[in-house]
Amino acid sequence: MSTFVTGTELPSKSFFINRAALVAYANASGDQNPIHQNEEFAKAVGLENVIAHGMYTMGLVSQYVAEIASGSEKVQEFAARFTKPVVVPAGVDVELIVSAVVGEVTENTAKLEITATCNEVKVLGMTKAVILL
Amino acid sequence: MLNPDLVGRTFAGTNSTTITQESIEAFALALGETKSDVAPPTFAITISLEQSQSVLVDSGLDWSRVVHGDQRFLVNKPLQAGDVITCNSTIESARVVAGNEIITVRSDLIESDQVAVSSWSTLVFRA
Repeated sequence: MSTFVTGTELPSKSFFINRAALVAYANASGDQNPIHQNEEFAKAVGLENVIAHGMYTMGLVSQYVAEIASGSEKVQEFAARFTKPVVVPAGVDVELIVSAVVGEVTENTAKLEITATCNEVKVLGMTKAVILL
Repeated sequence: MLNPDLVGRTFAGTNSTTITQESIEAFALALGETKSDVAPPTFAITISLEQSQSVLVDSGLDWSRVVHGDQRFLVNKPLQAGDVITCNSTIESARVVAGNEIITVRSDLIESDQVAVSSWSTLVFRA
């Protein structure tokens, strides 16, 4: 994609989050907090069930952004607020739907205003990226 | 409770980390990405959060009560295999809301005397 126009809605993409993916992310990132893997533990600390690492969800969104930007190296700025946990029951592929609208465009950058939802609930807030054109 | 005197203070990282191709590939793959010439934008968290944790735990905070509130990255130079990174962490702000302590730490990942990536993590220590 070569031109970005403010206000353009970019096509959405779905990612599927399951328990095995959370274990893989825990191993790759070093974040072994049991609330992301162990249902008994998660429930014991008052959570509905195992929840995804916020950074895992943000990482999936980064792949969406990198695809739009034509490469991770083009992502200059990336931010998100972890507003709602992504609950991941055993044996379920939880769908994360990511979409974006083009915000401010300069000569060499474009801002993306991103939405990420699971079960029609926004799981990230204030999610923005600046990509290099 | 964090000592307010620590706000604004920078803690220089004492150890350096060499980024390996294997660690980038494993991280990328966990996100479903097969290209791994540079690290994914969020890879910096694997270095910055450990440093923030050690600074805040040494400052008396209970890491078992932490929740990640928000996160921002500013990339000057994407991380790649072979980079030797030192990480300096600055406690930028600390406030208490409804008994929860909300602390923002900026981590500068430095490669060859230049800031490659800055990472801001806002961490909520639950009451």
